[in-house]
Amino acid sequence: MSTVVDARGLACPLPVIRLATAARDLPDGSLVTVLWTDPAAAHDIPAWARMRGHHVVAAAAEGADEPDPAPGGRTTVRLGTQDGPAPAGADPS
Amino acid sequence: MESRVYLDAAGRPPAHPAALRAGQAAREEGWADPRGLHTEGRRARLLLEGARESLAGSLGCRTEEVHLVPSHTAALHGAVLSVVRARRRVGARVVASAVERAAVHQAARFVAPDELLTVPVDARGRVDLDPWREAVTGPGVALAALQHANGEVGTVQPVSEAHGAARAAGVPLLVDGGASVGHLRPPQDWDLLTADPAGWGGLPGVGVLAVRSRTRTLPVWPEDEDVWAPGGVDVAAAFAAAVSLEAVLREQADEDRRRRLLVERLRSRVAHEVPDVDVVGDPDDRLPHVVTFSCLYVDGEALLGELDRLGFAVGSGSACTSSAQEPSHVLAAMGALTHGNVRIGLHRGTSEADVERFCDGLPDAVARVRRLSGAADL
Repeated sequence: MSTVVDARGLACPLPVIRLATAARDLPDGSLVTVLWTDPAAAHDIPAWARMRGHHVVAAAAEGADEPDPAPGGRTTVRLGTQDGPAPAGADPS
Repeated sequence: MESRVYLDAAGRPPAHPAALRAGQAAREEGWADPRGLHTEGRRARLLLEGARESLAGSLGCRTEEVHLVPSHTAALHGAVLSVVRARRRVGARVVASAVERAAVHQAARFVAPDELLTVPVDARGRVDLDPWREAVTGPGVALAALQHANGEVGTVQPVSEAHGAARAAGVPLLVDGGASVGHLRPPQDWDLLTADPAGWGGLPGVGVLAVRSRTRTLPVWPEDEDVWAPGGVDVAAAFAAAVSLEAVLREQADEDRRRRLLVERLRSRVAHEVPDVDVVGDPDDRLPHVVTFSCLYVDGEALLGELDRLGFAVGSGSACTSSAQEPSHVLAAMGALTHGNVRIGLHRGTSEADVERFCDGLPDAVARVRRLSGAADL
């Protein structure tokens, strides 16, 4: 099961705060996907995961090929300290 | 009311008393155009020549290798542009660490938009040497650039190894000493070196670029009597730079010991007393006066405002505190948290009491900002 946090249009540090708020009520092993437009989120979600013992399992930038893109992307985190198998093509960075 | 504590001295500390005295004296003595063929002009010229000689002595190079330019940014721009032009038959690629100053990256992109090759750094901000060696050995490399130490997070770079690799590949190395000269022993392994007088307590308005005699450069700007600073530089700022660097180097051993203790105290108290904090940069191999940390769930601008209200001036690399609205490329390259960032620069006037007072006030300030964003219990 995957939870989606829509943080598009929110400035830092709100995307990470929304993510942490969603994660608080979810069991270990849950997947949470954050949609974001703030460029700091691309760096801060992996940093949050590292500090809290979670794992980024997928990260992608979106809209780069659109003519006037709101720069943004989605980052998926697996909650919990145990290592789950990362999906194919996952980029932990 | 308690007095204010200025802790944003990483890039520009208050002027050193020696700089103020030298600047004032040089302004009175050396006001004339140094190009003038008369006693007054000669007096100004002698101050400039004396400044170059003194700076060369402090940096450990030859006087004719030292050039005075209008600013540190101008020194970096001039270095990149003139070397790439001189080596245009080789190519226009510039290899630079991912955490170089923006002026280096921008100058490389200005020369050739797609020829900047950035080399990654580790979690402490230190450049990875294997990809560095591979990058400088590649085809078409005109110039390699590596800072002596990073001014945002304090980490010292492996300049000797990086220079060895560049030299083996026949590529000149530009070392950005802007954050380190005056704080660490000046680096010796370079082909071009920049230094920033404003960073060691000199007066703003002058920069230093040293170019080894063997290194080929070709200016990309119109010819002028003063090749590196068309129109000349501020004589008083140049003289103050030289005098204050001598003074700072004389005090260095004591100041280094004193400030490293304060830095250790800050890093330790912040890490232990602020929950969810990322203290960044190398804990040991670092600048003696810079401390950087990021607080989870904290709006950097709000925290700077809160600290300012409490009497503390600090810097930040967070997106919301910069005009560009982009997070610090240095923190991003390190994988460090970019929001809630605080950068502290200690100067010779920073006391132990200042540091303790800051550490006493910080945890509550962070907690207040977290409460305001509804992130108190995450």
